[in-house]
Amino acid sequence: MFEIVILTLDSTVRLSTPLLLACLAGLYSERSGVVDIGLEGKMLGAAFGAGAVAYMTGNAWIGLLAGMAVSIGLALIHGFASITNRGNQIVSGVAINFLAAGLTALLGQTWFRQGGRTPSLPEGGRFRDIVWPYAEELRDVPIIGGIYSELLSGHNILVYAAFVAVPLTWWVLFRTRFGLRLRAVGENPAAVDTAGISVTWLRYRAVIACGALCGVAGAYLSIAQSSGFIKDMTAGKGFIALAALIFAKWKPANAMLACLLFGFLDAVAIRMQGQKLPGIGEIPVQFFQALPYILTVILLAGFIGKAIPPKAAGIPYLKERS
Amino acid sequence: MSDTPAIELRKINKRFGPVHANKDIDLVVKKGSIHGIIGENGAGKSTLMSILYGFYQADDGDILVDGRKVTISDSKAAIGMGIGMVHQHFMLVDNFSVLENVVLGAEDSALLSGGINRARTELKRLEEEYELRVDPDALIQDLPVGLQQRVEILKALYRSAEVLILDEPTGVLTPAEADHLFKILEVLKNEGKTVLLITHKLREIMAATDTVSVMRRGEMVATRETANTSMEELAELMVGRSVLLRVDKKPAQPKAPVMEVENLTVTDSRGVQVVKDVSFNVRAGEIVGIAGVSGNGQSELLETLAGIRRATRGTLKINGETIDLGTSTLDAADMRAKNMGHVPEDRHRMGLINSFSEYENSILGYHRDPAYSRGLLMDLAAIKKNAVAEIEKYDIRPPNPMLKTANFSGGNQQKIVLAREIERDPEVLLVGQPTRGVDIGAIEFIHRRIVEMRDAGKGILLVSVELDEIRALSDRVLVMFDGKIVGERGGDAEEGELGLLMAGVEDNNKMAVEGGAR
Amino acid sequence: MSAGQLPRWVDYGLIPFLNLAAAFLVSGLVVVLIGENPLDAVQLLVWGSIGYGEGIGFTLFYATNFIFTGLAVAVAFHAGLFNIGGEGQAYIGGLGVAIACLALDHIVPWYITLPFAIIGSALMGAAWAFIPAWLQATRGSHVVITTIMFNFIASSLMVYLLNNALKKPGSMQPETRTFEDGGRLPFLNDVFPSFGFGYAPVNLSLFVALAACVLVWFLIWRTKLGFEIRSFGANATAAVYAGISPVRTIVITMLISGGLAGMMAINEIMGSQHRLLIDFVTGYGFVGIAVALMGRAHPVGIVLASILFGMLYQGGAELSFEMPNITRDMIIVIQGLVILFAGALEHMFRPAIIKLFTPSRALAEKEA
Repeated sequence: MFEIVILTLDSTVRLSTPLLLACLAGLYSERSGVVDIGLEGKMLGAAFGAGAVAYMTGNAWIGLLAGMAVSIGLALIHGFASITNRGNQIVSGVAINFLAAGLTALLGQTWFRQGGRTPSLPEGGRFRDIVWPYAEELRDVPIIGGIYSELLSGHNILVYAAFVAVPLTWWVLFRTRFGLRLRAVGENPAAVDTAGISVTWLRYRAVIACGALCGVAGAYLSIAQSSGFIKDMTAGKGFIALAALIFAKWKPANAMLACLLFGFLDAVAIRMQGQKLPGIGEIPVQFFQALPYILTVILLAGFIGKAIPPKAAGIPYLKERS
Repeated sequence: MSDTPAIELRKINKRFGPVHANKDIDLVVKKGSIHGIIGENGAGKSTLMSILYGFYQADDGDILVDGRKVTISDSKAAIGMGIGMVHQHFMLVDNFSVLENVVLGAEDSALLSGGINRARTELKRLEEEYELRVDPDALIQDLPVGLQQRVEILKALYRSAEVLILDEPTGVLTPAEADHLFKILEVLKNEGKTVLLITHKLREIMAATDTVSVMRRGEMVATRETANTSMEELAELMVGRSVLLRVDKKPAQPKAPVMEVENLTVTDSRGVQVVKDVSFNVRAGEIVGIAGVSGNGQSELLETLAGIRRATRGTLKINGETIDLGTSTLDAADMRAKNMGHVPEDRHRMGLINSFSEYENSILGYHRDPAYSRGLLMDLAAIKKNAVAEIEKYDIRPPNPMLKTANFSGGNQQKIVLAREIERDPEVLLVGQPTRGVDIGAIEFIHRRIVEMRDAGKGILLVSVELDEIRALSDRVLVMFDGKIVGERGGDAEEGELGLLMAGVEDNNKMAVEGGAR
Repeated sequence: MSAGQLPRWVDYGLIPFLNLAAAFLVSGLVVVLIGENPLDAVQLLVWGSIGYGEGIGFTLFYATNFIFTGLAVAVAFHAGLFNIGGEGQAYIGGLGVAIACLALDHIVPWYITLPFAIIGSALMGAAWAFIPAWLQATRGSHVVITTIMFNFIASSLMVYLLNNALKKPGSMQPETRTFEDGGRLPFLNDVFPSFGFGYAPVNLSLFVALAACVLVWFLIWRTKLGFEIRSFGANATAAVYAGISPVRTIVITMLISGGLAGMMAINEIMGSQHRLLIDFVTGYGFVGIAVALMGRAHPVGIVLASILFGMLYQGGAELSFEMPNITRDMIIVIQGLVILFAGALEHMFRPAIIKLFTPSRALAEKEA
């Protein structure tokens, strides 16, 4: 029984990682006032970039950088449309998602001719699991051993990076000058403008940070969790990350919990397939798949407390006559 | 202590399109003084201060700070020159603490902790020196408005401002808070700071300033030593001896009231009472004008009566019915059904849909009228026919009902709205700023139409910041200040007298001030 | 607003044209990037989509889908709302079609079943839009996020239903049994053989779509409700002034929008597949966004844009045969670019155009 719990939690960690990275990415953007529903597209683009370059260079780190570059590129398009051109941020996000979906499949097929996927990664092109010291030896120790060797040890570096990113993000947002200004510009850009700070440059930096983190999220999918890019491999994770962000009320620690929750639901759904629960029978796997979205709608309806987004989110900044 | 003025402006000019907001402004502000700038809305005060704070660039003219000619290209530059601004609408982040707001933009280093600690120490010092007490860790959204304003002042002082500009600071303060603010300004002055106080309230000018400059219609019309002038003189300068628009009208013959308002109180989204226990009536065959500087509750009063805004409490008697406004859910359509017409103050925001054609706008609010319908469909023929008739009757140019109203001049746009509301033949007509942005020829036309309505036995409630208009049209004048009706006069009242009431000077004569102290 | 005023033809013709041209130019660059000749590609695309009878048939078939989903997005646009939920609403609309067909297909001929299918699909689509609409109108929950969520919930729901309750007995496929004649719309090739539509599944629902266009036009520009919808979308403050209820307007608009999206299922389910199956919407709901943006939310524009996208889909399929490097995913790239330029960047060319059309004197006095 304990074994099952540990294994489920282990899966939870792996499944939550891309969600967490994308969620934190969205956090930077939306906290600065730029709504981003293009997390999915950026992740997908990054996954492709990482998979392709990691294959070609045989180096996972260069692949990671490539993935981040693609994602940042898409993020800058979104920034250009939303910040400089004051366009509709939702429409821009939708466009990014389509561009990424189309380009990754198209270029994937054209360059690699394997049905839209990139070839399997060579040695060194994939992030390997990191085994903590004495993990094998401690495996049989009751309770602590299981936690140490299964749950904590044996993940690849991007997983650890994702969870480290949570306190790091908290620190950046609440303990640095950049974070203070970023949060301010998402609440009251006029206050920031009158303090002599450039609203545009702040928002661009937020959008670039978002791109960078989505880049890691996408790279995780193709060169850590799997061995190569597969067409449409994000499969809606970007939207779950968005749901998690709203669920987390735009706070870093909550984001981690929300992503773990959604990752947990995913892990349980996989495990529960075919299993019968006493009294209820078999719960359809689709129920678990839909649960994150249902929970988010309930939250948005205001039934689980209020989800108050950053005050200036989605509103292009226009200097007004005071 | 030299005699160099802290701030000097020479021939400042600023245009916004056709509007000449600042015309050849000269201003000399002595160091270590409290200098007031008074004027009605639209006089150009806020624009001038925005130029000083770097928000706008003047078209031409010179700015001298401490005797040196400078260019203030943006807010950062202004701060660098020791100019600090306390905005009318606070530039604060609501869910940040006081410290975070003070430190925003002046953090000292990339890590916050250093800047926050320095701010905490500095705020303590400022607190002692200027009696500006506020809890540094409190969140802005939890602070009363008076304390929020204190944070704005602290922001400026924290950045070593030598010149402090306060833009209409007491609009949201209680009298007690306002008094405390002036004490603070005194302390600042004694410490050698220079204060520019922008206001439309005469009482404050007299109480707090050393010097006062009067602006009117974009120009600087006078500067006086406060000790050597009086509220009456300032009121006259503020309101001006402009051409009195004469409207030939017979004396009114008012009958029974068509609208009675009792104990109306309206609270805005910030929890501030903007209309305080107002009672009055409008009789058939009379024009009641509400005079007052913009922002004293008239707009909210009008919107509430029209069904667009919810009241906190109050009673409205109209069309033979009594409505409890505190609990009523009646909207604008319902009020129209009760024979009330509404010419809104802001035709662009509310009265017209400028991307629609003229004929579509001619039925805005009346689109469900059976006269314009054929079942589910709109009877376009009937609508256009009506539009053409109105165009002819009201001499609307160009006489093209298919044209988008964005392409009509201000005067003609207003005529479109007026025609729509008047031709419905309501019993009560609410009219707000009927001639704002309207050329002289159209003004006369519009005024005559309003008087015609009154002569036909309708009741008209007129709200206008143009005192001339109020005096030309009204049979009775109510003055609103700070959400209350502070005085009632006949339509022939002296403008000086009305000006005093509008600026908050208590009415010594007849009507007692409505409502209790806050 | 004198300095910014442009002649009508520029606003409605030139600028949209420029936006589209930009989208196609960038698409051409992508084609070059893959190593193919864009001009050849365009030629193949055009021939494949309208060069022969069957190609035209396919183009019209796809266009039918896009007309429905495009109208759905357009109606919501007029009220200032962004309905991204067309994907899910169309999916659930399929449920309505299936219920009607499964119940009636062996009892009555198709022309009796059709009205029920129309009502069923519209009702189901509208029902799927109702909760997001209600939440936006009464609780301010952003309709974009809720409709995205509902797309995913629809997907899960339909997969579940098609694997359980609705599944054809004895089959492993997640789909219903095949409809009998009473549940199948005639193919246009059977009704009008002279056009030579061949095996293209273009069917009678094309006329339902065109009828919907006419009805939507009447609704938006000729009815009182339409006047209220447009007023609310143009200026919500003026709408409140006019006594128009925001709650009522939002909910009714989204219901109509959802209903139109739901009707897309008639073309696919009753007109082509003749059974309900998973994933039959395959992104057509999102194409509706591109079509509505390109067609400026007007039925005539939507029909033209739908045909254009129909050409892209059919021509793209042909193209991928002749030039295997340009897979069908190219269409999605073009779609994304159209949404980007006609949507988010729609004002990008404005400043330059204004400079061209306005004398320099007037520019100096631009409002701040």
